[in-house]
Formats: sequence, C-alpha cells, structure tokens
Amino acid sequence: MPLDPSFVGRTYPPTAPYQVGREKIREFATAVGATDPAHHDPDAARALGHPDVVAPPTFPVVVTMAASQQIIEDPALGMDYSRVVHGDQRFAYARPVVAGDELVCVNTIEDINHRGGHDFLTTRTDVRTPAGEPVVTVWSKLVVRGEA
Amino acid sequence: MELPTKTFRVTRADLVRYAGASGDFNPIHWSDRFATKVGLPGVIAHGMFTMALVGRAVAEWAGAPDAVVDYGVRFTRPVVVPDDDAGTEIEVTARVKEVTGEGLTRLDITATCRGEKVLSQARAVIRTPR
Repeated sequence: MPLDPSFVGRTYPPTAPYQVGREKIREFATAVGATDPAHHDPDAARALGHPDVVAPPTFPVVVTMAASQQIIEDPALGMDYSRVVHGDQRFAYARPVVAGDELVCVNTIEDINHRGGHDFLTTRTDVRTPAGEPVVTVWSKLVVRGEA
Repeated sequence: MELPTKTFRVTRADLVRYAGASGDFNPIHWSDRFATKVGLPGVIAHGMFTMALVGRAVAEWAGAPDAVVDYGVRFTRPVVVPDDDAGTEIEVTARVKEVTGEGLTRLDITATCRGEKVLSQARAVIRTPR
C-alpha cells in the first residue's frame, strides 16, 4: 500500500541526546580509511581550532540512522523496511561534529511521492546540541520498492 | 579544472569493518545468501560507505579534514563486492564548478565502479583551499 501523503510536514519529537565519543570517531574514521590526524589525535584537531577529534563528513549518519527508527518504526506510517533502498543523501554542516558533542535529532518528513510502483520518502533531520546550536542538517531519500 | 583521480579498493573485510563502525548490519552487505534472495547480484557495499570514501577524496582535495560544508549524492547503482582478496575498485574524479567570493568551492563529482556510474548528482561545497 502506498505511504500516506498526509504525513508530509510531520515533525517528530526530539530524540534523546547522542553522546559522540572520541573512540567512536576514531573507529569510524579507521573504517573509512580517513587517516588525517585530526580524526584521531585531539592535539591535531585543536591545532585546527576544534575542541577534540573531528568526525569525517559522513559520520552524522551514525546518529541520524539511529534517530530515523522513529519514522521507520512509526506504525501509523507503515513502512516495510525490508523493501527499502537508499536513494539520496545530503549533509549541510554548520560545523563539523567533534568528540564530546551531544546531538539531538529532530526528524521531519519533507516529501512522500509514489511513482513507477515505488514510494519515495524524503526526510530532513535537524541535528543540534541540546542548547539548540545547529550542527548539521541531513536529508535522506528512501525508496520503498513496490511488490513485483 | 579537473582534480586528480583517486581510486579506492573495497573488499569484504572493509564492509564488515564499516558495518561495525556505522551500526548498519543489513545482511545485504555481508551475506551472499541474503543478497541474492532479495534480487541483488551479490553482496554490495553500503551506499554510505561509498559516500564516505568519496567524502575522503573531497577532504583530501580540499587539504583539510574539516573543509566540507555541504555534500550530497544520489545512489544510482550498487557496488558489488566479490568474496575474494581483490574486491573491487571505486574511481573518483571531480571538477571544480565554481569558486565563490565567500571562500567556497563547488565540486561536481563522478564515482564509477567497473566503468559504471555508482553515484549521480554528487556535489560538494568545500572551503576554498588556501
């Protein structure tokens, strides 16, 4: 069944803060082969003006993917996640994510459309500190493949 | 202006490591049995892993790990990763589209695997290298 277009514009309650750990950033940077010292060594990051190690550009997905469960598991929306493929992804940064950050996600459904038998769901996640400082805005388009 | 091409080798071990680091344990990224069952040619790389490698290329071109201010892609084709030591290769090229007065540079990026485009509309905005 196609996703209900009346969900467009819906904003979900803020998620519990995600604690960005130094070792998590190091682990992620190592996994993607990002060897710049600023991802691993706090002193190298401080030399660039950051309080602690800097996350690689796509790191926020670790935070937003967990937060998006709110939408994926919304029984009222009724997504079949086993049929979902990732369509588009975009990050617009106010500043890089750094170790020690606490990040709160606010998910909004920006668009739903149905074409060629598939559903297309665009979400925007505003990632901020608990004090409301914007850090990064993340857009994802998920494609729910129709039944063949 | 074309930027120097960068090539990334991707093996199954890389996918396992990325799954652990990212928390994305979808079995299409590690199980041939599951991947073929859902109609894929085999185990495929996480789209976000490909995006991360391209992000690395962008940051390296920019010359700073914190230079990326906007970065978006469309996933057009899966990167199939064979279960051998050689894996597969992703080739990344980029072209400077515009340098703005605000100290920003816009890049158009192309990522291919076995000659086929795996990302489209891949664009990044970086702080202009000094």
